[in-house]
Amino acid sequence: MDIRSPLPGVFYRRPSPESDPFVEPGSPVGPDTVVALVEVMKQFFEVQAGTSGTIATVAVADADMVDAGQILFTVHQS
Amino acid sequence: MALSVLKPGLATTVQDTGRPGYYNVGIPPSGSLDQYSSLAANLLVGNAEDAAVLECTYMGPELRFDRPATVAVTGADLPPRLGGEPRPVWESFAVEMGDVLSFDFLRSGARAYIAVSGGFDVPVMLGSRSTYALGALGGVGGRALAAGDELPIGDADGAAPGRSVPAALRSTHPKHREIRVMMGLYDHRLTDGGRRAFLDAEWRLTTLADRTGFRYRGAALEFRERVAPFGAGSDPSNIVDAPYPIGSIQIPGGVEPIVLHRDAVSGGGYVMVGTVISADMDDVGQSAPNITTRFVEVDLDGALRARRERADRLEALREAVR
Repeated sequence: MDIRSPLPGVFYRRPSPESDPFVEPGSPVGPDTVVALVEVMKQFFEVQAGTSGTIATVAVADADMVDAGQILFTVHQS
Repeated sequence: MALSVLKPGLATTVQDTGRPGYYNVGIPPSGSLDQYSSLAANLLVGNAEDAAVLECTYMGPELRFDRPATVAVTGADLPPRLGGEPRPVWESFAVEMGDVLSFDFLRSGARAYIAVSGGFDVPVMLGSRSTYALGALGGVGGRALAAGDELPIGDADGAAPGRSVPAALRSTHPKHREIRVMMGLYDHRLTDGGRRAFLDAEWRLTTLADRTGFRYRGAALEFRERVAPFGAGSDPSNIVDAPYPIGSIQIPGGVEPIVLHRDAVSGGGYVMVGTVISADMDDVGQSAPNITTRFVEVDLDGALRARRERADRLEALREAVR
């Protein structure tokens, strides 16, 4: 199962530069868990996991540009 | 009331053919950034050409219909679903009372247009229903849609569902675009190398791209030395304040050109090195972050020819969908 970006923009793994990442490999997630931010048009959009399980891999580097539909994380489903 | 907003999307606004005639007092034309697709959506559902549609940027909303209607989605490739079942783009379809319209992820382009038979019947402000969010004017309360909004729809039977835009008349959204510009009025402020670099560079659209302007990155342009005239800022890219046409390209600091679009400010103190021709403004509006663009110089004859070609294409669309 993958978590994809719903929109194009800049991918951020943390809520702010000083904060810890939202999730790491091994982190448990539920459908509503916020896993990343995508910034576009000066807005930060919260990406939710949309599924339950544990984060397997982080597919994109922090602050990289992503396209809509691009895989951000892979998830081991529970 | 006829339509409930369950999820608003990222920046979904009511737009139409715009609000021309007030730019001299600082109120921009607004209206759909991709007028061609917006017109196609209205034609597909049997609306008047100036009926209001929804412009959805990068993400679709989730909408519940409280009455039957004919609906069409055009512009960006943002696949619609009705009650979870896929529906086509560039083709009208029927919705029944209680149906929920939602969208898959964006496949290409930047802005999708949703037309509903009857049009979105928000109040007309200064001759238009278009939302100008910076001025809190038009649309739904002068802002983008929010969850819980109820949108009125005008009374109309609409066209029967199943109308379709032929493939040749559907917009496509490549990853690389060539956007035609007329150079001036301030390109003389660039060095010869700076002017060449502007036209040679492969510009990449940044995430700073909204209805006001589209900011690109890709080269640094050199300006001629000068003594700043009275009233101009000290940066080489500053001028004495001047009016900005829609489509004009300013380059603050010689980096990151900004193409102004239909919600732009009406004037300011940056050089405009060129202006995107009107025929290509729809393509700017369909550019998403990371799309690459080359600015291609045309002269006035070339710009007028492109405008006639665009008018012919609009006429072909009207013929094909009527």
